[in-house]
Amino acid sequence: MGLLRPVFSRVVALVPVVLGITVLVFALNAVALGDPARVAMGQRADAAALERLRREYALDRSLPVQYAAWLGRLARGDLGESFREQRPVGEVIVERLPATARLALAATLISIVLGVGIGAVAAVRAGSALDHLLMGVAVLGISTPVFWLGLMLQLVVAVRLGWLPVSGYGDGTLTHLILPAFALGALHTGTVARMTRSSLLEVVRQDFMATARAKGLSEWAVLGKHALRNAAVPVVTVVGIGLADLLVGAPLTETVFAWPGVGRLLVAAVGQRDVPVVMGAVLVFALVYVLGNLLVDLAYLVIDPRIRDAARA
Amino acid sequence: MPPAPRPLRHRGFLAGAALVALFAAASLLAPVLAPEDPHAVAGGGGATLEGPSVSHPLGTDALGRDVLSRVLWGGRASLAVGVGVETLVVVLGCAIGLLAGYFGGPVDAALMRVTDVVMAFPSLVLAIGLIAVFERPGLDKVFIVLVALGWTTIARVVRGEVLSLKARDFVQAARALGGGHRAIMLRHLLPNAVAPLLVAATIGVGGNMVAEAGLSFLGLGAQSPTISWGAMLADGQTFLATAPWVAVFPGAALLLAVLGVNLLGDGLRDLLDPRLRA
Repeated sequence: MGLLRPVFSRVVALVPVVLGITVLVFALNAVALGDPARVAMGQRADAAALERLRREYALDRSLPVQYAAWLGRLARGDLGESFREQRPVGEVIVERLPATARLALAATLISIVLGVGIGAVAAVRAGSALDHLLMGVAVLGISTPVFWLGLMLQLVVAVRLGWLPVSGYGDGTLTHLILPAFALGALHTGTVARMTRSSLLEVVRQDFMATARAKGLSEWAVLGKHALRNAAVPVVTVVGIGLADLLVGAPLTETVFAWPGVGRLLVAAVGQRDVPVVMGAVLVFALVYVLGNLLVDLAYLVIDPRIRDAARA
Repeated sequence: MPPAPRPLRHRGFLAGAALVALFAAASLLAPVLAPEDPHAVAGGGGATLEGPSVSHPLGTDALGRDVLSRVLWGGRASLAVGVGVETLVVVLGCAIGLLAGYFGGPVDAALMRVTDVVMAFPSLVLAIGLIAVFERPGLDKVFIVLVALGWTTIARVVRGEVLSLKARDFVQAARALGGGHRAIMLRHLLPNAVAPLLVAATIGVGGNMVAEAGLSFLGLGAQSPTISWGAMLADGQTFLATAPWVAVFPGAALLLAVLGVNLLGDGLRDLLDPRLRA
């Protein structure tokens, strides 16, 4: 396959960014901790133990050496030890990842299904009152702070109507997932709807659409068969943008709904001044973000023959 | 009769401008408009968590403080962070974007790598990480953090404009006439980048407001007694079942203010950017 080279070059291009991320997190870590050895051992640590820890973490050496030592441990998956839980940060984060992944997936699914649906209906009825209404709803979705939307969903659907649980993970039951997923997905639903509408309208103006209509296909068939596929590229872009919304919304949504994910872990760790957990979680969020964007980039290569050919050339 | 000027015919822009004007006026005039001292707690009688009434149109919170007065005062924190942060962000972003775009080469490469790295983090997550560096949170820390992270978008916008402008005849002419670097950047390049800059800055104000409220909601922003919509929402969540007004109104105010800013930004984009005009 001729795709190997463009894929490789995209991966290579990420190396400086990922290194930059680690430098920044290392710097934050260093500033936040002051002397990590003292913090880790508590105020009344004995001098010999402190010295051992300092040597182990290369704290008596220059910053670049400390960074290299830190990076080496990182490469082995060692993110340090949680002050609060007295166990490896990696372990603490990995435990929380499935909950966040579940929430993010559900939110993405909701935003794509709802967003594409709303956008398509608005495009078919472009210029109508319905179009204006739906686009108004989209702007509203984009402007509603995710944590307030979460509170309002809790108030109406859970407290008043009693249809769904207010918060918590349950035992991973679907009913607990619905409200947080809607809250997290709403912001992005608006963006997807707007993008779907405008790219459909763009495609509809093109010649092959007139041909499809001339063949006597219905408006919905024209849209479904020809337009949606051609509108897929900008939609992939939007899913990529959505990744940022998801990762930014996760700490807020998880806090509102007492959802045991990495976002809530991060927020709680800041409150407890558990610096290793904070920096570990920040690092994981950044790496997931970078990796997600890489996947979006690679998706273009697969979907859009123009980009594929340009990359091969 | 001649047609109304374009901005007055753009419904989104008008609605946004009206909401923003309302938000700004309400915040600035809070000391006059607020019926009560926003910090005044209920006396011995205890009018805590009281529903909306004539004396307290938006009810009272858990300490018996008037929610309407607090919503009005809370707007000031939102406005100050939204506009204040964005002002510094624009200055910083313009400087970095101009330098990178104008000088190109290693300056550009270095500045853009830094931009790439800052943008490689989900914004609020890095903000939370930065907040953790400080001994204790506060609105001033939120301000610092949002400025430190916010400049990247503006820098990219300005850099892009500068790159496309600097090859143009009038810039070449200015250089041929002996214009210094600073004069060319400030007199010829920057003024021509104002339209996209204005759009990006407007959207940025909304983003700052949401970020401030979010951080304050998480307990990582404004601390009592500073009044912030986000912090009010955090209080409100505790009493959601019994006193929903404590959470409903600050959030609604935030939503309307952000909606106004976003509509204004979208409208500006339609009006200022001929490339996007239908």
